[in-house]
Amino acid sequence: MIRHDFTGLWVYLSASPLLGLTLTLMAYLGAWQLHKRSGGHPLVNPVLIAVLVLVGVLWATDTTYDTYFDGAQFVHFLLGPATVALAIPLYGQIQRLRSMAIPLGVTLLCGATAAIVVAWGTGALLGASEASLISLAPKSVTTPIAMAVVEALGGLPSLTAALVIMTGIFGAMVAQGLFRLIGTRDPAVQGFAMGLAAHGIGTARAFQISSETGAFAALAMATNGLVTALITPWLLPWLSRCFA
Amino acid sequence: MLNAITLLLVFQLLGEVIARGLGLPLPGPVLGMALLFLALILRGGPGKDLENTANGLLGHLSLLFVPAGAGIMLHADRLASEWLALLAALIISTLAALAISALVLTVLQRRRGRSS
Repeated sequence: MIRHDFTGLWVYLSASPLLGLTLTLMAYLGAWQLHKRSGGHPLVNPVLIAVLVLVGVLWATDTTYDTYFDGAQFVHFLLGPATVALAIPLYGQIQRLRSMAIPLGVTLLCGATAAIVVAWGTGALLGASEASLISLAPKSVTTPIAMAVVEALGGLPSLTAALVIMTGIFGAMVAQGLFRLIGTRDPAVQGFAMGLAAHGIGTARAFQISSETGAFAALAMATNGLVTALITPWLLPWLSRCFA
Repeated sequence: MLNAITLLLVFQLLGEVIARGLGLPLPGPVLGMALLFLALILRGGPGKDLENTANGLLGHLSLLFVPAGAGIMLHADRLASEWLALLAALIISTLAALAISALVLTVLQRRRGRSS
């Protein structure tokens, strides 16, 4: 009887968006607690932990991603207004932005090209398929831009979404260690590199360091979205000939 | 707070309409951010309300990537068959992009510092 009631309850709950939404928040808050307890260590990345917990729960309960996303879409939706809100910390850095416009522009072109060429080259040398390589090329930019670019070039947009998120998590985890290694201390430089290479997740991590770091990350994320959308279609035919 | 959220949504909507209308390769929210940035320059900065709301929203920016991140489960098969090439490409290119942009920007700034 009790078992029957539980099944009925599960059927009811799994059909409503409440469960997906609550699970997302609980997984994230748990991951955030761990992150805080580690003293904000970059390797204890809250996105990575929350995603692993969620995927584990969804697999264990045989829940499809579509069912989960019915609830989680409310959190996902907030990415739009949050992206618009990045204009506010960006405005806070306007003096430095004005004085650094040319170095930032040159850095952007170098970094964006490096991200695409190195990703394609490494993947091609290790035997990844053409569809995977196309899907991989724009992985340093924010998900909606990367997916639109890949769709236009004949890749797999949903694979791109997964690779973009993995890039962001990896970039957020290793950035500070790498900066220590190469002696980068300026928060503006750190932020710009994080936003350029690891889009929104790198930017989220940069905001945890300081609001100046975050503002430069937001700038790099936005401008790299534009640059990558423009240069990828132009770079790929050349790359595919070089590594054929 | 309601005013600020409405303002953010209005800019997102504007970005969406312009991007789709002109067929630009940019997502609406990114264009919305650029438009709000221009508006802030013209107006001379955000009000207290907008600033607080933005800080609240950005304070847990990481949370907003979790639903899309869980979508990785849809690609378990391809990731399993090509994991080495994909993972290596992802790791090496992300490290390269981080290091190259940090070094280029540092060098360019040092040059300007010296010339001015």
